[in-house]
Amino acid sequence: MRRPPKDTADSARQVSRRALLLGVAQFGLVGALGFRMQSMQVEQADEFRLLAEENRINIRLLPPARGLIFDVNGVPLAVNEQNYRIVMVREDAGDVQEVLDRLTRLVAIPPETIERAIEEMNRRSPFVPVTIVDRVAWDDIAKVTVNAPALPGIIAEVGLSRHYPMGSDTAHVIGYVGPVSDYDLSRIDDQDPLLQIPRFQIGKTGVENKMERTLRGVAGSRRIEVNALGRVMRELDRQEGVSGADIQLTIDSRLQSYVEARLEGESAAAVVIDTFTGDLKAVASAPTFDPNLFVRGISVAAWNGLNEDIYRPLSAKSVQGTYPPGSTFKMVTALAALEAEVLTPDETIYCSGWTEVSGTRFHCWKGSGHGNINLHESLKQSCDCYYYEVAQRVGIDAISAMAQKLGIGVRHDVPMSAVAQGLAPDREWKRSVRGQDWRIGDTVNASIGQGDVLASPLQLAIMTARLATGRNIEPRLIHTIDGIEQPITGGESLGLNENYLRRLRQSMFDVSNHQRGTAYRSRITLDEARMAGKTGTSQVRRITPEERARGVTSNEDLPWERRDHALWVNFAPFEMPRYAVSVIVEHGGGGSAAAAPIGRDITLQALYDGPPPLEAYPADVRARIADQQVRIQNRVAAGGTANTRA
Amino acid sequence: MSYLEYNTRYVPTGFRKLLYLNWPIIILLAAISGAGFLMLYSVAGGSATPWMEPQMKRFAAGMAMMLVIAMVPIWFWRNMAALAYLISLALLLAVEFFGVTGMGAQRWIDLGFMRLQPSELMKIGLVMMLAAYYDWLPLKKVSHPFWVLVPLVFIALPTLLVLTQPDLGTSILLVAGGGAVMFLAGVHWAYFATVIVAGVGAVVAVFESRGTSWQLIKDYQFRRIDTFIDPSNDPLGAGYHITQAKIALGSGGWTGRGFMQGTQSRLNFLPEKHTDFIFTTLAEEFGFIGAFALLALYALIIVFCIASAMTNKDRFAALLTLGVAMTFFLYFAVNMSMVMGLAPVVGVPLPLVSYGGSAMLVLLIAFGLVQSAHVHKPR
Repeated sequence: MRRPPKDTADSARQVSRRALLLGVAQFGLVGALGFRMQSMQVEQADEFRLLAEENRINIRLLPPARGLIFDVNGVPLAVNEQNYRIVMVREDAGDVQEVLDRLTRLVAIPPETIERAIEEMNRRSPFVPVTIVDRVAWDDIAKVTVNAPALPGIIAEVGLSRHYPMGSDTAHVIGYVGPVSDYDLSRIDDQDPLLQIPRFQIGKTGVENKMERTLRGVAGSRRIEVNALGRVMRELDRQEGVSGADIQLTIDSRLQSYVEARLEGESAAAVVIDTFTGDLKAVASAPTFDPNLFVRGISVAAWNGLNEDIYRPLSAKSVQGTYPPGSTFKMVTALAALEAEVLTPDETIYCSGWTEVSGTRFHCWKGSGHGNINLHESLKQSCDCYYYEVAQRVGIDAISAMAQKLGIGVRHDVPMSAVAQGLAPDREWKRSVRGQDWRIGDTVNASIGQGDVLASPLQLAIMTARLATGRNIEPRLIHTIDGIEQPITGGESLGLNENYLRRLRQSMFDVSNHQRGTAYRSRITLDEARMAGKTGTSQVRRITPEERARGVTSNEDLPWERRDHALWVNFAPFEMPRYAVSVIVEHGGGGSAAAAPIGRDITLQALYDGPPPLEAYPADVRARIADQQVRIQNRVAAGGTANTRA
Repeated sequence: MSYLEYNTRYVPTGFRKLLYLNWPIIILLAAISGAGFLMLYSVAGGSATPWMEPQMKRFAAGMAMMLVIAMVPIWFWRNMAALAYLISLALLLAVEFFGVTGMGAQRWIDLGFMRLQPSELMKIGLVMMLAAYYDWLPLKKVSHPFWVLVPLVFIALPTLLVLTQPDLGTSILLVAGGGAVMFLAGVHWAYFATVIVAGVGAVVAVFESRGTSWQLIKDYQFRRIDTFIDPSNDPLGAGYHITQAKIALGSGGWTGRGFMQGTQSRLNFLPEKHTDFIFTTLAEEFGFIGAFALLALYALIIVFCIASAMTNKDRFAALLTLGVAMTFFLYFAVNMSMVMGLAPVVGVPLPLVSYGGSAMLVLLIAFGLVQSAHVHKPR
């Protein structure tokens, strides 16, 4: 078909016009694209660069090694043990099943563990290492390492896990660590990113818990480049963390083990405190438990066993338990009266076996009474009526003040869990807490450490140390942190009349050294080690007038939980006090029979820094003591878990 | 106008034709493809395989085909237009029945030696068909409703087939490319105004159809649109592509992070980094300077095509040149808009740079036609 030349020209003109129009539109769009590029790549470049870096760079924390805990002699109490585990990387293994089959022929691994590992591997990216078994014996690791060429993708890894070499002996003092839980995170105000690491171990109880910040150290970090799937491409840089500081306790682990072994079989607690420094040489509570169980993850059965035991093995009775101090409180009442000058040491008070106060009869432990009795005899024989009278003279507020001065009813700064405050009651306390007026009967009860008075074994030991020295002894549990000795606090004079104190100490001496003393049978016969002490027997039930008329039921005839608590406090050597000791045997019966012998054994063990010579004991008990020493030594030698319940 | 009408004295013959080729366009095509090779080398982590080497072979083959096509007189190709269109249409039908499904869409026919995407072929087939149609149609009838309906049918047939694959990107390219040729041929502007109004209506209809039994596009396409509107509401799903692409592009800055230093692509944060999203890698590694330079190269090709068309009195040749230029423009404009977050992700590759056989071959064949038109210009 021919087209007229005019048409051709028209067509060309029209196409050119429209082409230009379209060209302009295209140019506009290209301009818009260029503008967009400019705004993204030039103006917002920094923002996008930052986003790209965030994409690319991950920061992984490097957990620091936890600080170690030693006893005063450098014996390790809490260490980081190398813990071997077998890890598998799926993508390196090739045939996963085949490799695992070979592995199980080398190392005994339960099939369900293997199944769990396979499941986890399939759930995760192929390059993520998955732990197959934890806590593998060194022999097995050696086998795996030797056979490495046949086990592609299998890696033997070393980790650190907490171990307590003394096991149960130091469980209540040191406590244990465990994986950080949501509850921990909600409870503690701690921004440390380490806590965000899954299963990061933190101190749960005891020194591990109270000294957590010191022991934990500072996290290191590793900046790594990852790809879109999270695979680590390379490490960009690494900043090592700072290991936690080592802590040295004042505890003497040998003495601690001895005390735990000596308390075995009872529900009991004992504290040994240095009367010069306030150093706690042994803080024991029986029965106890193996803290290593908690680190590994305790089984439900074991947990229930510990929790349901009526002897409460998980409780650190030495600092958490509070008990009516019974007659061990009599020094407080006497000293309050002497200092208030309402009593002189030589004055006698008549004991008929009971005292009537505002219509209520308060009985002495000795029904027939002690007759006329002075301070010295009243302590030595532990007469109750004497103190009923003395307390009424001086009043409860002075007794309470003296108790607090001697460390009862005061929360001491000891880095252990749930340190109890105890109670030294006064009028104000009863008004504000009970909403009642103080009555004279309350004073009478308190005078012999019954009624509302509550003290922990730690407080009783401190009280004894302060009586022995007249100085404000403060307990110290941490000896050094990172090699730096921690200051000894307190130690200044309590401002008590030394004359009165000497009288009290002499009376306490006679408690265990005079034939008529309540603890004469638990005396120490070597002059260099003689001790001064006081027995205590505190009721946990009320004795009704009917029962008293019938004759008080003896402890042996009562169920365990209604028997009296047996208490004992002492310091030794008498001439130059070195240690103060407190012992409580829950529902142990009389203090002189159940608690004093334990106190004596502990004291001798502490003084001689090991088994004492048999000459320290009265001749009639030496044979039995020799047996006991052998038995306890065997127990200690057999390892710290001898005293473990469950 | 036929061969006889040419003043043959001025039409070059034999190897003299080589001198009359539109060399600037060839150089620009080679430069853009070269940038593509570099990027394919980079995204493979510094390796010629698996992408750069096959792409270079295809480029060589495509260039050879371009030159061969350029040597053949343009009137031969005009006579072939209807045949090319029909073959493409037949292949599109065939893919409907025998096609290979990949990435959720049925797009390829496996020819044994290569995978052919008939929808790519149709892009030239349609432009050729429309150019030939308007060359044949007397000028006076161009805006007559009946003669407007005919090219609409030419456009609608392949578009519907491509939509069912489904391939939204190519459908848009076909409609826009075809519409552009109609506009260039002089169809009255009122038709285009009507279409724009209707288009807006259609978009509304598409959105209205969501969740109903007559839903017009697939759910994943809806999601892509949603994500385009607000990428942050699905940062780990569909929005991930756009967000990561923008991060890559933006983090390039002025001069880029350096060849093979782009962390976004090297660490696999970029999706489809060797195909649809390859521009983001280029922008990340060569920065604004590199990205803008590539845009300028593309724009220059358009400029040279328009210049060639405006000096060509042959109606078929001019319309064909402009139609190819428009298709080429739509390719890179849609792709760049998509990766820069200006348009939804519709799956359009970056011409000559993205890895892909059919697209590169088809584009070079199309430029062969442009060259033929240029060489055989009535002088």
